[in-house]
Amino acid sequence: MEKIEVRWHGRGGQGTVTAAKVFADACLSGGRYVQAFPEYGPERAGAPLRAYNRISSKELRMHCPVSNPDVVVVVDPTLIESIDVTEGAKDNASFIVNSSKDPKELREKLKLKSTQKIYVVDATKIALECFGRPMPNSPMVGALNRVTGLVNLETLLEDVKKSFGKKFAQKIIDGNLLAVKRGYEEVKEG
Amino acid sequence: MTKVVAVTGNEAVANAFRQVEPDVCAAYPITPQTELMQRFASFVSDGKVKTELVLVESEHSALSACVGAAAAGGRVATATASQGLALAWEILFIASGFRLPIVMPVVNRALSAPINIHCDHSDAMGARDSGWIQLWSENAQEAYDNTIQAFRIAEHMDIRLPVMICYDGFIISHSIERIEYLDDELVKKFVGEYKPLYPLLDVDKPKSYGPLILTDLYMEVRRSQAEVYKKVPKVVLEVAKEFKKISGRSYGLFEAYRLDDAEIGVVILNSAAGTTKDVIDEYRAQGVKVGLLKPRLFRPFPYEEVGEALKHLKAVCVLDRADGFGGSFGPLYLDIAASLCNFKEKPILINRIYGLGGRDYMPEHAQQVIEELQKIAKTGKVKILKEYIGVRE
Repeated sequence: MEKIEVRWHGRGGQGTVTAAKVFADACLSGGRYVQAFPEYGPERAGAPLRAYNRISSKELRMHCPVSNPDVVVVVDPTLIESIDVTEGAKDNASFIVNSSKDPKELREKLKLKSTQKIYVVDATKIALECFGRPMPNSPMVGALNRVTGLVNLETLLEDVKKSFGKKFAQKIIDGNLLAVKRGYEEVKEG
Repeated sequence: MTKVVAVTGNEAVANAFRQVEPDVCAAYPITPQTELMQRFASFVSDGKVKTELVLVESEHSALSACVGAAAAGGRVATATASQGLALAWEILFIASGFRLPIVMPVVNRALSAPINIHCDHSDAMGARDSGWIQLWSENAQEAYDNTIQAFRIAEHMDIRLPVMICYDGFIISHSIERIEYLDDELVKKFVGEYKPLYPLLDVDKPKSYGPLILTDLYMEVRRSQAEVYKKVPKVVLEVAKEFKKISGRSYGLFEAYRLDDAEIGVVILNSAAGTTKDVIDEYRAQGVKVGLLKPRLFRPFPYEEVGEALKHLKAVCVLDRADGFGGSFGPLYLDIAASLCNFKEKPILINRIYGLGGRDYMPEHAQQVIEELQKIAKTGKVKILKEYIGVRE
C-alpha cells in the first residue's frame, strides 16, 4: 500500500466528518501520513456532504479533494437516489454502503463495474442496537478498517476511545466501541 | 522527543502558542482563524499557560492592545484573517513603525464583497507593504514550525519587527494532517526568555512612543527603517539553521523543488505548491524538466536570491491566489518579474490567477500550466500573458 484515497458520503449530523478524523488518527500508527478533511460548505443537519481521507506511506503533499477514490463510503444510503456516489471511482474501487439490502441489489443499483467491489453493512441497525441512536459513523469506521486492512482492530478501538475523550458517558463510549467492532465483523462482501 | 499527531493547522499553531506562552494575547474571532484562538483560550482557561488573554470587541482593538502590551515590554501574539486583518489595517503600520515584535498568524481568506469565507491570498497580499515580515506556509507542519521561528525572527535584536505567518484557510486551517510536535521544553529553550527593548514599564528610564515627526526628520526615520529589512533574510536563515538542529527540518528563504536542472518552472505559494509538486514528479518521470519555487519569506522579498534561482529557466508561470485589480498582475507575479528584470538572459513569464474564494486547485490546473509552459519554451511565443484558470467563462 503506497496510498489509499477515501471519499465519504453522508449527511450533516451523522458524524461523517468525525468518522474520517478518527480513521485518519488510527492510521497514524506505523509511521503513515494521513489527511482528513470535509468539503467545506454551509454545515446544515441533513444536507449531503463529502469528506475525504488520504493515507500514505509517503509524505502527502496533495491539498485538494479526492477525485479518484480507492474506497467510497456511503454513510447514508438515501444519497444513492440523489447523487452519483460512483463518480470518478477507480476501476478497482471498493464501495462500502450502510444498508440492509442485499449486496447484489446494490451493485446493480450503483451500476458498478465488474472490477469494482461492493461491501454492505447495516450500520444504522448496529448503532441502534449498540447505543440506541441512529448514528452510523462508528460501525462504518469499523467496516472501512476491515475493507482496507490498514490497522488492527485493537488499535482502532483504542483510537475511537481516545476520540470520545471525557465528555461522554461510559455507556455511550462502550456502545460505540461495540458498534465499531460489529461494523468490522458484520461487513459483507457482495 | 517529538510527538506525531493528526491535527488541524489551527490546532497545530495554537499548540505552538501554548509552547511559546506569550505574555499577552489579544484577539477577536474571525473565520477561519477562530478555532486557533478558541483552542488557545482553552489552554489559558485550563491553566496550561499564564498568558493574559484580552478578548476585545474588534481586530482594530485587538492589534491596538497588542501594540500597547508589546510597547510595555511583553512578548505578544494575536491572530486574524480576511476582514479582521483589513479592519486592523491602520494599526499594522503602527506596530511595524514602533518596531514591535508581535507575532500574528493570518489564516488566508478572501475579502468582501461578495462575502466569502474560503481561502484566497488577498488579505495578506493587501498588507504586504505594511512593514511586517511575512512567512508563508504550505501545510500544518510549516505553519507550526514558522510560528515558532517567527518569535525568534521578530524578537532578534537586529530586527525587532512584527511577523505574519500565512497559511491557507480551511485547506490547512481546518484539515487534519500528520504533523510532528516538538517537545515543550525544546520549544521554550529555542525561543528563549523574552528580552524587552525600550519597555514603557521600565519607569526608571522613561521614554515615549509615537511622537510627531514632521518634514525635518520623517524621511530619515523611514530611511533608517528601510535599512532594517536588509538584515531580515540573514536572520531568517540563522534561525532556520538553529531550528533544523532541534527539528531536523530545513527551511530557507524559499523552497526550490527540482529547479536546478529545470527548463520551465512554476512559482506558487502555500498549499497549492504541494499539489503542484506531485504533478511535477509525474512530468519529471516522463522526462519533462520542470521545477517549482515556493516563496517562504515573502516580505521582505529576497529579490536577488529568487532572481538567481529562476534566471536560467526558459519559461516561468507565476500562479497568484489574489488578483491585482486595476489592469495589473497578481502580486506574486510583480515581485517575480522585478526579481528577474535586470538579467540579460531571463525566462519568459506568464501569470495565472487561480483558487479565488476557495475554488479548488486541482492537479489538472498544474498540468494545464506545465503543458502551456512546454509550448512557450519551445516556440518562444506567449498567447495570453495573464488569465484566470479553473474559472467558468
